[in-house]
Amino acid sequence: MKAKSIAAPYLVWMTIFIVVPMMLVIGFAFTDRSGAFTLRNLEGVGQYSNVFLRSIWLGALATLICLVLGYPLAYIISHMKAKRQSVMIMLVMLPMWMNFLLRTYAWMTLLEDNGIINTFLASLGLGKLQLINTQGAVVLGMVYNYIPYMILPLYSVLTKIDQSVIEAAQDLGANQRKVFFKVIFPMSTPGMISGVTMVFVPAVSTFIISKMLGGGANLMIGDLIDMQFLGSAYNPNLGSAISLVLMVIILICMGIMNQFDDGESNGGGIMI
Amino acid sequence: MKTLSRFYIFLIFLFLYAPIFVLIIFSFNDSATMSRSVWSGFSMKWYSKLFQDRMLLEALRNTLVIALIASVVSTVLGTSAAIGINAMNRWMKRVVMNITNFPMVNPEIVTGVSLMLLFVFAARGMGNASLGMISLILAHITFCLPYVILSVMPKLRQMDPHLYEAAQDLGCNPVSALFKVVLPEIMPGVITGMIMAFTLSIDDFVISYFTSGTTQTLPIFIYSMTRKRISPEINALSTLLFGTIMVLLLIINFRNNKENKAEIAGEEEMGR
Repeated sequence: MKAKSIAAPYLVWMTIFIVVPMMLVIGFAFTDRSGAFTLRNLEGVGQYSNVFLRSIWLGALATLICLVLGYPLAYIISHMKAKRQSVMIMLVMLPMWMNFLLRTYAWMTLLEDNGIINTFLASLGLGKLQLINTQGAVVLGMVYNYIPYMILPLYSVLTKIDQSVIEAAQDLGANQRKVFFKVIFPMSTPGMISGVTMVFVPAVSTFIISKMLGGGANLMIGDLIDMQFLGSAYNPNLGSAISLVLMVIILICMGIMNQFDDGESNGGGIMI
Repeated sequence: MKTLSRFYIFLIFLFLYAPIFVLIIFSFNDSATMSRSVWSGFSMKWYSKLFQDRMLLEALRNTLVIALIASVVSTVLGTSAAIGINAMNRWMKRVVMNITNFPMVNPEIVTGVSLMLLFVFAARGMGNASLGMISLILAHITFCLPYVILSVMPKLRQMDPHLYEAAQDLGCNPVSALFKVVLPEIMPGVITGMIMAFTLSIDDFVISYFTSGTTQTLPIFIYSMTRKRISPEINALSTLLFGTIMVLLLIINFRNNKENKAEIAGEEEMGR
């Protein structure tokens, strides 16, 4: 069949807009301003190791909170009547339709020094709290923005669990707790893996949430990259090196995550 | 147990929706720009201010133009790509699909800066060209393509491969067989892909941020508004966007229900 040739325009497009830009990033990371080969940029990334550690720590924390909060919700929803389920899932998805800048902005209104929470505390006669421009605020913003990405894959795996498997476990003498930990929980790993990936990747690489809720003191990897390309510290070579390291970190994390998957099927996940 | 899970659902939805409702309430606030969070009477003034903002209207127009062009081009390109990839041998398919998936697993910010490098390079090559609408459209087509391909692919796999051959045996040339047999068969996937591309394009901030030059799209405009200390207009804008989405979703849901009912009724009719 000659149908293959119909993909030719796309292959050209893919080469120009996916492969070449990646080559450019790699090329910039290994050259200096005059275009000569250098390893200085990659060495330069080392001085930002605290930023990398902070991003990974905050991203991992947000992912964990999403998992802990999202799992019970997905579980409860998956046990409702079919009609209720679709309403609930729509309610989970609805905030995602609002631009994430606006969602984050909404938290600024709540958290700032003269914001609603502090005004409320003051009216109760309590002192003001430093809420905005803290790491906690950044994690909160991440959880708020990305928790639907955790709930949805978990839900889709949990609804697909065959009811007769659970009944079989009960017939064989497992109590409720055992059924959950020996049957339902292991069977939902594919959903957990895709949920964790879908939350962790954007959380680690965010630069807007940290900028809006974290103030200047809580820089993340994304902010660093932004500064090198569009900010005051203009240096695309260093920026490319940071991007390259970020990419490698993400790929390693995803490789580790895939190890946990027993390779049967990736339940509703977007993975290679 | 039941009340406990109800309470838990209530808490999570409170967390998801409270900020949005606060935003909506304060869009009607008559404050004299002193604080975002002190209520001083009902007013519609931020709405009328919003519609006098020429920058906003231009950003809105840009966003819609980009989303329209990007979704149409990526749908055509992506559908033909999916048909071609489907006909490739296993090895080729794997390579192409891995590269296609790459922008989806790669952090958005890295995709953004890589495209920015490409466009800056190309603009320099073309003399004093600068980034703007064209680079935005190219970038949007690029990040929409994988979603189109991934929504068309399953439909192609479900299709009986002999259908295409049968059409040719019955006197169709390959091109008309494609349009008369293959395309109608995969249409649901094509339409889903196009809708996804359109919504992704409208909502995108990160990649647009790096490839826009000085051109404004709606998310970039929102971003510049959040940078100003106090701008209640943004609340009005969020409310309008949220309202529009709600209405659209309700219409879609309503129509789906109607269609389902019609289908069920039709099947019952056939059963008789």
